[in-house]
Amino acid sequence: MSNSDVPTPLVQRPKSTGLHVGDITPGVPKVDPIIVADGVKRSFGGLVAVDVDHVEIPRGAITALIGPNGAGKTTFFNLLTGFDKPDSGSWTFEGKSLAGMPSYRVARLGQVRTFQLTKALGLLTVLENMKIGAKGQKGENMFFGLFPGFWRKQETAIEEKAMEILARFKLDTKSKDFAASLSGGQRKLLEMARALMSDPTLVMLDEPMAGVNPALTQSLLDHILDLKDQGMTVLFVEHDMHMVRHIADWVVVMAEGRIVAEGPPETVMNDKAVIDAYLGSHQDVDLGVVTGRIAGDLPPEADDLLAEVSELGAATGADQSKEPLK
Amino acid sequence: MITAEQRQSRRRRGGALVAFGLAFAAALTLFPSAAMADEVGIEENDFRISGNVKLNSEALADVLITVEGNGYDAEVETDDEGRWRVGVPEKGEYTVTLDESTLPEGIAVVDETGADSTPNVKEVEIGPSGSTVMNFFIGRGERNTTSFVDQLVERLVNGLNFGLMLGLAAIGLSLVFGTTGLSNFAHAEMVTFGAVMALAFSGIGLPIWLAIPIAVILSAGFGFAMDAGLWRPLRRKGVGVVQLMIVSIGLSLALRYVFQFFIGGGTEQLPGSDAPDIKLFGSVSLSVTDMVSMAISVVVIGAFAWWLLNTRIGKATRAVSDNPSLAAASGIDVDHVVRIVWIVASALAGLSGILWAYFRPGIRWDMGAQILLLVFAAVTLGGLGTAFGALVGSLVVGILVEVSSLWIPADLKYVGALVVLIVILLFRPQGILGKRERIG
Amino acid sequence: MDLLQILSNTASSVLGPATIAYALAALGLAVHFGFTGLLNMGIAAYMAIGAYGYAISILTFGFPWWGGVIVAILASIVFSLILGIPTLRLRGDYLAIVTIAAAEVIRLLFLTTAFDSFTGSADGLSGYHESFRASNPIPDGTYGFGPWVYNETGWWVRIVGILILAIACLIVWALMRSPWGRVIKGIREDEDAVRALGKNAFSYKLQALMLGGVFGALGGVVYALPASVNPGVYVTSLTFFVYTALLLGGAATVFGPVIGSVLFWVIQTLLSNLLPALVQSGILPFMSTSQSQTLRFVLVGVALMLLVIFRPQGILGDKKELTFVK
Repeated sequence: MSNSDVPTPLVQRPKSTGLHVGDITPGVPKVDPIIVADGVKRSFGGLVAVDVDHVEIPRGAITALIGPNGAGKTTFFNLLTGFDKPDSGSWTFEGKSLAGMPSYRVARLGQVRTFQLTKALGLLTVLENMKIGAKGQKGENMFFGLFPGFWRKQETAIEEKAMEILARFKLDTKSKDFAASLSGGQRKLLEMARALMSDPTLVMLDEPMAGVNPALTQSLLDHILDLKDQGMTVLFVEHDMHMVRHIADWVVVMAEGRIVAEGPPETVMNDKAVIDAYLGSHQDVDLGVVTGRIAGDLPPEADDLLAEVSELGAATGADQSKEPLK
Repeated sequence: MITAEQRQSRRRRGGALVAFGLAFAAALTLFPSAAMADEVGIEENDFRISGNVKLNSEALADVLITVEGNGYDAEVETDDEGRWRVGVPEKGEYTVTLDESTLPEGIAVVDETGADSTPNVKEVEIGPSGSTVMNFFIGRGERNTTSFVDQLVERLVNGLNFGLMLGLAAIGLSLVFGTTGLSNFAHAEMVTFGAVMALAFSGIGLPIWLAIPIAVILSAGFGFAMDAGLWRPLRRKGVGVVQLMIVSIGLSLALRYVFQFFIGGGTEQLPGSDAPDIKLFGSVSLSVTDMVSMAISVVVIGAFAWWLLNTRIGKATRAVSDNPSLAAASGIDVDHVVRIVWIVASALAGLSGILWAYFRPGIRWDMGAQILLLVFAAVTLGGLGTAFGALVGSLVVGILVEVSSLWIPADLKYVGALVVLIVILLFRPQGILGKRERIG
Repeated sequence: MDLLQILSNTASSVLGPATIAYALAALGLAVHFGFTGLLNMGIAAYMAIGAYGYAISILTFGFPWWGGVIVAILASIVFSLILGIPTLRLRGDYLAIVTIAAAEVIRLLFLTTAFDSFTGSADGLSGYHESFRASNPIPDGTYGFGPWVYNETGWWVRIVGILILAIACLIVWALMRSPWGRVIKGIREDEDAVRALGKNAFSYKLQALMLGGVFGALGGVVYALPASVNPGVYVTSLTFFVYTALLLGGAATVFGPVIGSVLFWVIQTLLSNLLPALVQSGILPFMSTSQSQTLRFVLVGVALMLLVIFRPQGILGDKKELTFVK
């Protein structure tokens, strides 16, 4: 890991392209969708948290779900994975309808998720955490569990697989430690490693970078790219624009429960609707002046806004040839 | 649109409830056709009430007799020789009722003098001999049936009295839960404490109107001591809510037996508990004590409501009960509010204990524990953490307990309230007035 | 003060049926609370169902004694289903309140005069020992040494009780080391994490409830074996005493319940013999002998408080493994 201020240039792995069919608009159909969602609505009291007309997640690619806070990203995640029940709507995974399916069955179908607040089981060891992630261990049945003869062989095989994955994530030396003794970033890695034990088809990561030491960010990014290389589909929620730009093949933008834009990272970042979504809370500032379309003066409170816009611009490599912002 | 799982889960829950209800109903309806005993509670209890039901010299079998008093209920049927015996736990007054619907046609309990309008209901007292006999005069005549409406009204009034008394205890429990997250099992003992203190001070000769306020003040002090000496240090230590609950269980056990240590296993009475009933209207008759009880409950609850709504501390209490971290962030001194809550809750519990002592009637070492579950039911029904919810829940529970005895056997009357508690927690765990939060 | 007699009684209680019964009930509670994290405050109801199931099937239906045991086991499983299916999704302290309420309902149903011909209502049940005693292989006589001298029935009761206890411990030990036990421990800590890994958490909790409930019912059977079924025994205080024994020994261990129960009964017997003797010989002033008996229950309450505050893991437990400790 480099200590210098200049970020290490990423060795870019090739991005997936040609994922969509037709013009890019919110809800555009995909060539090979793994998830197709229709009319998903969820309200809490009077507040509409999620209102998605149509969205398709492409298979074998890394899709990022972004949006300002309160946009409904995690709620949408919870709905898709069966951790919450929608008011209405339907969606399919690999062609199978998932609406109303409880979360554990969704997980068994090959759709595995992590949580925003890491759920590494702290009172179990790292190795035990991994073993729980495995599918189809006969000993997990109460009657077979009584007699080790039924599950010993499977247990050894599972342990081998677990150690192999742990080695890849550089956690193998910690296999006998309680998960509670790991650092925050290590627990994130453990959660991701554990998710791989069941050979999932779709890995859904809820803010994988949140609270992670920047030194570990690179490692996490590489692991996520590895998932794609191994043929899995990845859907992740994030706020970190640099990460999104670097590894996402496709970006879906949510705001106030709706999907306002989707597409490859470069096009999405320049979308006016996206910019408005992020800046929408600043009602009293002339957006025209802020975005540089109009010349004018800005009140002092617009400074943080300027910073946000500059960051967006820099991250997307937007055209800096316009009149510099005052 | 309801998703498949919602439908399925509702069906599952509904199915489970139907199964539970069927099993319960089956249990109740199938078995009572089995013969009931002509002797009840004889081995268990030391004192006896007995009698013989005969028409002239002809024995009447399977006549239903009910014995109630001192917090004890029993039912018995006469045997082939018309005899019945009931064991009762303590000396004192009991009400013996002969259910005339179990007499043969055209037969009723008659009162030769014509003065007693309900000759099938009689008061008896067990004296030093430890047993007593109660025989009814049976003859041909009109049944003295109280109309259903009259009975219902009487139960409603009783239920109201009981509910108001439960409310005093429930409000405190609910606020303690709301502000600290603690399900305080020792609340039962705070109820008993008030009654015991009133007994102690009236026992040393103080008039009852002086003993009661002293008892309430001491209860408040007790609450202060518990928060200062036990609960606040534990909260500071960061002890988890489940651990605290188990601590309160241990405290409840210890206090209960401390009470037994001092007042023994029997029942004591407060002065004025044997005031005679005054007929009011219909078949409703209350004693002066009952009426004063209800009046005190209403006044105290009213004052408390005013305090909660209008004073700064009252509003702060509601804020902390609603959302402790937000209240703290707004500058409210949560520790101070919690301290006040404990003082108020204990005072109310103590007063409730005194009123319970008059209602049962009688003071026992475990009298608080007897109503703890009812208080939990009331608090949960109304909404854990809300004071007004606790009051509403208490009234419902009190009335439910009293009115349900019209349909289910008297010794099962608490079961109704408990079943309500379970059902509420299953379908609407936030209660009537509570706010929705993730319970699962 | 006959110190020898006091010590002899105390030593004898180590093997007492009450001790064995408590050990079984505490083991059941260990499965519920210690291993799965279910705050079951109704273990007294399971004991009542076991005792009454056993006695009623012998007295009313003429079953042999081992038939009564089977009925007790089946009755507890049915009760677990009725209790668990609607309530297992409730959070900790709500579950505690519901289980206490359910236990009270059960107790009142056993106590009511409406079912008197089956349950004996307030008088309880007795006189069901014939078949049990008939199956006793030990020839008539008194056996033993020191404080452990009992007749053939006394020994038969203890042998059967200890055998049941040993089998129960073996089952719990085997299960908790198995993958089934691993899932249970995961559920104890974080149900959502385990669901996200494809396990049906609700089903596991129900299984744990049934398993622990069977042990509770067997505890009730052993309690009833020597003498009679008395409804005054199965009150909420009994649940609290079993919790004290469990926490004393170590809530999430296999032998903790056994050790805790033995210690609990040894101390109780010692105090119930010692305290009155102290009063009579004037060492303990200001109280009567019956008051001294009350004193030992006060000590149980205080002991429970101190235990939970200062050493919640008990004698054998590991503090790191407990979830109800923050």
